[in-house]
Amino acid sequence: MNTMADLSQSRDLLVNLTLRELRGKYKRSVLGWTWSLLNPLATMIIFSLVFGKLMKIKPAVGDPSGLVNYPAFLLCGLLAWNFLSNAMNGSMVALLGNAGLIKKVYFPREILVFATILALDWGFLIEMGLLVVFLLLLGNMVLPWLLGVVVAMVLLTVFSTGVGLVLSMLNVYFRDLQYLVGIGLQLWFYATPIIYPVSLVNNSGAPQWFKDVYALNPMLGFVGIFRALLYDLRFPSWGQVAYVTAWSAAMVVLGMAVFRKFEPRLAEEL
Amino acid sequence: MGDIAVSVASVSKTFRLYHDRNQTLKATLMRGRRARYETFQALDDVSLEVPAGTTFGLIGENGSGKSTLLKCMAKILRPDGGSIVVNGKISALLELGAGFHPELSGKENIYLNGAILGLGSKDIDRKYDQIVEFAGLERFIDTPVKNYSSGMYVRLGFSVAINVDPDVLLVDEVLAVGDEEFQRRCNEKFAELRAQNKTIVVVSHALGLMRTICDELAWFEHGKVRQVGPAGEVIDTYLAEVQPDRQVEADSDGHGARWGSGEIRIESIDLLDHQGQPTTRPHTGEAVTIRIRYHAEEAIERPIFGIAIHNIEGVLVSGPNAREGGLVPEKIMGDGVVDLTLPQLMLLPGTYDLSASIYDYSLVHPYDFRQHAVRFDVVVGTPHETTGGVLALGGEWSARADDGSMRQLPG
Repeated sequence: MNTMADLSQSRDLLVNLTLRELRGKYKRSVLGWTWSLLNPLATMIIFSLVFGKLMKIKPAVGDPSGLVNYPAFLLCGLLAWNFLSNAMNGSMVALLGNAGLIKKVYFPREILVFATILALDWGFLIEMGLLVVFLLLLGNMVLPWLLGVVVAMVLLTVFSTGVGLVLSMLNVYFRDLQYLVGIGLQLWFYATPIIYPVSLVNNSGAPQWFKDVYALNPMLGFVGIFRALLYDLRFPSWGQVAYVTAWSAAMVVLGMAVFRKFEPRLAEEL
Repeated sequence: MGDIAVSVASVSKTFRLYHDRNQTLKATLMRGRRARYETFQALDDVSLEVPAGTTFGLIGENGSGKSTLLKCMAKILRPDGGSIVVNGKISALLELGAGFHPELSGKENIYLNGAILGLGSKDIDRKYDQIVEFAGLERFIDTPVKNYSSGMYVRLGFSVAINVDPDVLLVDEVLAVGDEEFQRRCNEKFAELRAQNKTIVVVSHALGLMRTICDELAWFEHGKVRQVGPAGEVIDTYLAEVQPDRQVEADSDGHGARWGSGEIRIESIDLLDHQGQPTTRPHTGEAVTIRIRYHAEEAIERPIFGIAIHNIEGVLVSGPNAREGGLVPEKIMGDGVVDLTLPQLMLLPGTYDLSASIYDYSLVHPYDFRQHAVRFDVVVGTPHETTGGVLALGGEWSARADDGSMRQLPG
């Protein structure tokens, strides 16, 4: 077998499956692509009203940007979170939803997970583009930091892929995993400083061990990096970058290991 | 060509048959283990070699392992033990149009399906016109496939799959699709592939077809290979062997569907050979009698008896009824038999299903209809015709040159 030919074939398949996801998703709706933006927009408005206006959660002050704007503060974390959460939910049905295909044709199965996440990346990119425009309108000169944002997006994609690989396979074997993950995602959402600044926890009277455990959350790192680049306009701390890079690498290794372990019986378990 | 296209060495495969279908995390945690299961040995130490350039058939009863082996060859299932080595590019025709997205156009689906089957975008660019033309869908290629008829869908699927241009093609019972015109083109395409010395591995219950297209056959029984050899030989032994099974099948009720109002019922349907003995293995050209035994609870006026013979692909071969045959009893009651005598059974060797029915005179109201009640296998007889279609015409070949130099061949 020619590995190079295999690789280019897999690439073609990845591209085609991603296009299938993207085209199929909004083909039948009148608003088409705008739907994909309406969702985060609605979340942003609701959260801004509830947490920003009603509960008066103070956004952090951009350092050194000096920006104080709750919707902007929220979106810098929310977009990354939405990507992860969509990737997790999408991965869980990536194999189950394509059972017919898996039982009838051979191709590298992990491509189904990759395609799901790659399709989400496209939406992520558009949302991020609009956020950049929004931030520029607010006077935040984010353009010099965009390369860093792209790198952070790639890292988050790698991390999500690792998580997705695990979930896609486990959900075949344990069909009620979806509900558990639904609950887990809610918990994880509030455990991540998305609607509130991280200082809220760090400056609270919570015991030190709680703060230490809280800081282990890799999404804390991702959200921190996106906020540093987009909201604060500064380079994120190297420690944070190293931490999420390590998590991403570890998740992909774990993801592939789990996937390989369960793959042999996949077609018959579906 | 002495090369081996597919080499199967001591392949075993077991399936898990779960007792409860729901495999949930909750249940697992509560029981402390995953769902209980029994194992089923689908393939048991199977070894065989498919010579390159041949058409190789896998036959056997349902559950004998032939489709499992095909899926192992296609890498869809992974064997527990043993190895399968395929020399060259492989493509599996297990389901046509697998992975089509209903919302996407025919064109988009060609690229998608092609990629799934292992074709690169450049290959598809090259073959695109050919694929569309073979499917006969030029006018509809930009329409979403959800608006396609099932025939169009299958045609497009077949067209993509066949254009993958594999060295080894795996086919599982998908040949009997589409209309006659498309069937003909599929068969032409297979003939073309055989002529190009491509290797084809095919699984089918259609023994007649298998006898025609296969060079060699492997007969599977309970996950093991019973016999490998030339197609005709294997089918003949196979038919001789499965006869007892047929008898059981014929005796038991519920082989096929049954309906009707039941005032008069078909008690049994028998196929009798020329000596009047029940048979499920008549020969081509043999005199046979189809005997319907009835039981009428009440007096039935002018019932019409009928039979139908379908081949294994489900095509109706013939469906004579007694009204046309000139037998209309004024009134019958109690028990009795109705015979249909065929002086010569002009069916080609293969597997057929026999149905029988009793209708009212108008042929609108069924009293009893027993569909596919008896399955029988026609074996080679006289005329010695074995290939192509369902009917033996029993014709006689002769030749004559214009100058009269040739004589009709004797015998």
